[in-house]
Amino acid sequence: MAEFWTGYALPTVITVAQILAIVVPLLLAVAYYTYAERKVLAWAQLRKGPNVVGPFGLLQPIADAVKLLMKETVIPSGANRIVFVAAPMLTFVLALIAWAVIPFDVGLVLADINVGILYLFAISSLGVYGVIMAGWASNSKYAFLGALRSAAQMVSYEVSIGFVIVCVLLLAGSLNLTQIVVAQDRGWGFLGWNWLPLLPMFVVFLVSMLAETNRAPFDLPEGESELVAGFFVEYSSMSFALFFLGEYANMLLMSGMTAVLFLGGWLPPVDVAPFTWIPGPVWFALKIALVAFLFLWVRATFPRYRYDQLMRLGWKVFLPLSLFWLVLTAGVLVAMGWLPE
Amino acid sequence: MIVQALAFYAFSAVAIASAVMVISSRNPVHSVFYLILAFFNAAGLFVLLGAEFLAMILVVVYVGAVAVLFLFVVMMLDVNFVELRQGFLQYLPIGATVGAILLVELVFIFSAWAFGGGTLAAPAPDPTEIANTHALGNLLYTRYVFAFQAAGLVLLVAMIGAIVLTLRQRVGVRRQKIARQVSRARAEAVEVVKVPTGQGV
Amino acid sequence: MDGLLREYFPILVFIGIAVALAAVIVAASLVLARQRPDSEKLSPYECGFEPFADARSKFDVRFYLVAILFIIFDLEVAFLFPWAVSLGQIGLFGFWSMMVFLLVLTVGFIYEWKKGALEWE
Repeated sequence: MAEFWTGYALPTVITVAQILAIVVPLLLAVAYYTYAERKVLAWAQLRKGPNVVGPFGLLQPIADAVKLLMKETVIPSGANRIVFVAAPMLTFVLALIAWAVIPFDVGLVLADINVGILYLFAISSLGVYGVIMAGWASNSKYAFLGALRSAAQMVSYEVSIGFVIVCVLLLAGSLNLTQIVVAQDRGWGFLGWNWLPLLPMFVVFLVSMLAETNRAPFDLPEGESELVAGFFVEYSSMSFALFFLGEYANMLLMSGMTAVLFLGGWLPPVDVAPFTWIPGPVWFALKIALVAFLFLWVRATFPRYRYDQLMRLGWKVFLPLSLFWLVLTAGVLVAMGWLPE
Repeated sequence: MIVQALAFYAFSAVAIASAVMVISSRNPVHSVFYLILAFFNAAGLFVLLGAEFLAMILVVVYVGAVAVLFLFVVMMLDVNFVELRQGFLQYLPIGATVGAILLVELVFIFSAWAFGGGTLAAPAPDPTEIANTHALGNLLYTRYVFAFQAAGLVLLVAMIGAIVLTLRQRVGVRRQKIARQVSRARAEAVEVVKVPTGQGV
Repeated sequence: MDGLLREYFPILVFIGIAVALAAVIVAASLVLARQRPDSEKLSPYECGFEPFADARSKFDVRFYLVAILFIIFDLEVAFLFPWAVSLGQIGLFGFWSMMVFLLVLTVGFIYEWKKGALEWE
């Protein structure tokens, strides 16, 4: 019996506590990311943004959540009920569980698995299910078209994301996320992080990440002027909120992936005294915030792509470019003998 | 060890149950979802074996890509599945033959493994010493180079086959030619004309 | 608990917690909010028109082609992962072995480009 408590029950309780320590701040961050988006867009357009609920409108996300909670859940008569309800739940669950392998500092990671980057890749390849299921189950024409577009778009950009990840792996020599970050500590501060040696791939990753999360300027699946809201047009109340939370959590996740793969994770930008005093997770959060701001900045700046241009960019520009850069990186590493052991 | 065994039985029981549901459920969309569930449990079994890389690739390739195509087909193609199921039993002999051959092959493999001693081409290394992915990478591209290149050729054939079978050229489509757009000069597009007052152009 | 199961156990627990959380969120609004469905409210949104015909219809074969090409390139990426991490051990032979593999697939890529399979109109 004693073995049961110390061997199984206690680790489970600790694990649950650790998971809550990730999920609660994450959901708060997602809520305030929606607030930040409205504020940033407002500033970009010389407006004030939310400023009524609470000081500076800070309670706005909470008011939104309560409003959505009190709304009626409408399930269309032609819908497949089980799949219809399961789709937003799936999107939300996938956006959360990916954080299990993200390292916040040395050793500060929930599940330090050997194939962390593959886990993230697998989770992001599952994201397309939420979209297809929602579009099909709604049995509405707009939802159907939005889901089709979204699915084709997400899979197209996933290929280039895969090639970019392989480029990073060549430099790191490991699939473990902690080791990918540690490999970027080349002693030159932020100049040694992967974004500089892999600069074109960094740009490809940033753009593919926008397409993968269906964000502006690649938000055609929900292009409101033609498809109303795309695949989630029939959703209301908390099932809509789950899609919404899932989308923003995915944006934060992609920012986290960028920070881990290219921006040195928890490493301080300069390896001298005042910077090294700040703990790693703070640096990590700052880097996530930087990339997350980029999402909003891009949305405020660029007009939407046309669908043929979007597919052209993915298949005819990014795919050959990332493949070429992969061969180049591998060739240089082999020729110079710079490969990690 | 007992947790390991419990996990093994849970994963395999769900995998077999969902595999049965794939062929017995009425709605083809549900069949695909059961198939996905079976894939996930197979991935769980791979993890238990220490084959992390295979587990993740199973999810990435089969769930993330192949099953998406299946869903595309069953959800969005107007196939009358009730009609398709009419001849369900007439395929039984072929299916049974394929199944029997697979079973015999598996028996051969396991008997060779059990009785032949060290005849395994490359015994699986201890997962605590070397990560699964490294172990695969060290063998696949050098020792099994021909199998690897054959896989490349199979992919090439699949690529060409997909295009030959599905590509339909539409006529009368006006495509965007970006090079022409960009290279267009002002002189080709605009002409500045001096218009004398009261005469028009 | 030992071996890999210990490393993957938190992920299993995480999946359980996330599913429970999602279910609670959906259930909470079902319980708290007043549900008053009627036939107009439940009809699919079609910009004010009466919905006609089933939404699930045949669509352009191009989407299938994209899905198939995606599978092939996904497999290519899957082959690249172990190669990238063990390139230091397998030496020049491993490097050129992969280059031949990529060359074969690049031939296929050029073929589909020339055939116009990547065009979208």
